[in-house]
Amino acid sequence: MHRVAITGIGIISCLGRDIDQVGAALREGRSGIVVDPERVTLGFRSPLTGGISDFDPTKELGRKQRKTMPDFAVQAYAAARDALTMARLEDEQIQNDETGIIIGCDSSCIAAIEQVDLLKAKGETKSIGSGLVFRSMTSSVTMNLNTLLKTRGACWSLSSACSSGGHAVGQAADLIALGKQERIVCGGAQEINWQSMCSFDGLGAFSLRIDAPSAASRPFDVDRDGLVPSGGAAVLILERYDLAQKRGAAILGEVLSYAFSSDGESISVPSSDGLGRAMKKSLQAARLQPSDIDYICAHATSTPAGDAAEAQNITSVFGPSTPGVSSLKSMTGHELWMSGASQVVYSTIMARQGFTAANANFERPDEHSAKLNILTETLSQPPRTVLCNSAGFGGTNACLVLRFDQ
Amino acid sequence: MTDQEIIELVNSSLAEEFELELADMTAETTIYDDLGLDSLDTVDMVIVLEGAFSFKIREEEAIREIRTLGDIHAFVIGKKRQLEAGL
Repeated sequence: MHRVAITGIGIISCLGRDIDQVGAALREGRSGIVVDPERVTLGFRSPLTGGISDFDPTKELGRKQRKTMPDFAVQAYAAARDALTMARLEDEQIQNDETGIIIGCDSSCIAAIEQVDLLKAKGETKSIGSGLVFRSMTSSVTMNLNTLLKTRGACWSLSSACSSGGHAVGQAADLIALGKQERIVCGGAQEINWQSMCSFDGLGAFSLRIDAPSAASRPFDVDRDGLVPSGGAAVLILERYDLAQKRGAAILGEVLSYAFSSDGESISVPSSDGLGRAMKKSLQAARLQPSDIDYICAHATSTPAGDAAEAQNITSVFGPSTPGVSSLKSMTGHELWMSGASQVVYSTIMARQGFTAANANFERPDEHSAKLNILTETLSQPPRTVLCNSAGFGGTNACLVLRFDQ
Repeated sequence: MTDQEIIELVNSSLAEEFELELADMTAETTIYDDLGLDSLDTVDMVIVLEGAFSFKIREEEAIREIRTLGDIHAFVIGKKRQLEAGL
């Protein structure tokens, strides 16, 4: 088995357009949550959402290229370009059979709506235009990135609800560890728009703390009242460690292991042991004890049931003395398909910039979170050995163990 | 519309849709090799021309035969003249 290095990262999120902006927001505990007034008019319970306002797709790609791309695919392209630049990989080094692309994504809602509306308005399918078929597919991100970056290895999108990004990074790491690919552009992408979130809003799972958007996402806090949907794109360059070393790349960190599990229980309520089983397997695969982990980058989304289940799962694995825990969704909101990948990017940013971000808005624990060592203030030391949790509807769990050597 | 007005409207419409430089667009310009369009783009070219000239294009065979901008100009001019003649 080969070791797997992280050599580049890129991100477009509600915390910023690049790793410096995002790092500053994480360090300061700054929220990217806004109120979308249109959602109020439309009949949403909650108008809260992560907001990306400073990203202009027309600056990234031409009109012909964007014709087949939803906004989040352009964001993924921009993040991938940033990550490749950081990894100092030139185009000719990735345009080969040994370079792949795997991105977690589970929807492309706007294009599906637009094509139906256009057909109804025009009365003929040929007036729909050529772009929407490619924009409407869940694999839109990877088919477009493959066309633009011209890689020739693995190329697919991975769908597993809110753990899509975690499984995508994990599968990429496994393919490299197995020797099937030398490097993979991997991550997660998530659309931000009211259309894709309206039925989710109807479930009553979103926070109603409309008067204080930055305090709305409060994972593990006793007064949490729901998640805040968010999105963007997070991309990492994973490489075979020995090859990255050989070409003199700066190694940002290492993916020590990836493990997964599923609950086999409820479609919407996480089980009491599913995530814990994945955590244990990831520690075993990394040949680590729970006490070797010094930071847990939690999945916790700020829903009452989900956070309680994760807290119980963490306690079952780590016992009464847990490592520092924070859910960065307290600042970003829940980045859904992207979140499992963005947690790896955020952890890498913290390791590089020398801090560990707090769990914002955590004021009082409930009976389950009281057993966790939740970080209430930014630590001035970076994380070294990190466990990233992610979990999705239907009970699909992904755990990644990362190591950062300073 | 004069033939010249039709040519100018074809060129400006395609230039906007496909981000082309008007200076590069002559009757001899090939749409696939010179302008870099592909078969998917012809789907959108038809929509653009229909919008610009307010007619429907049913001649799919004729569209497939188009190779140069001059072919497009001739096709659109022919189509406009047919419609003006009430054919």
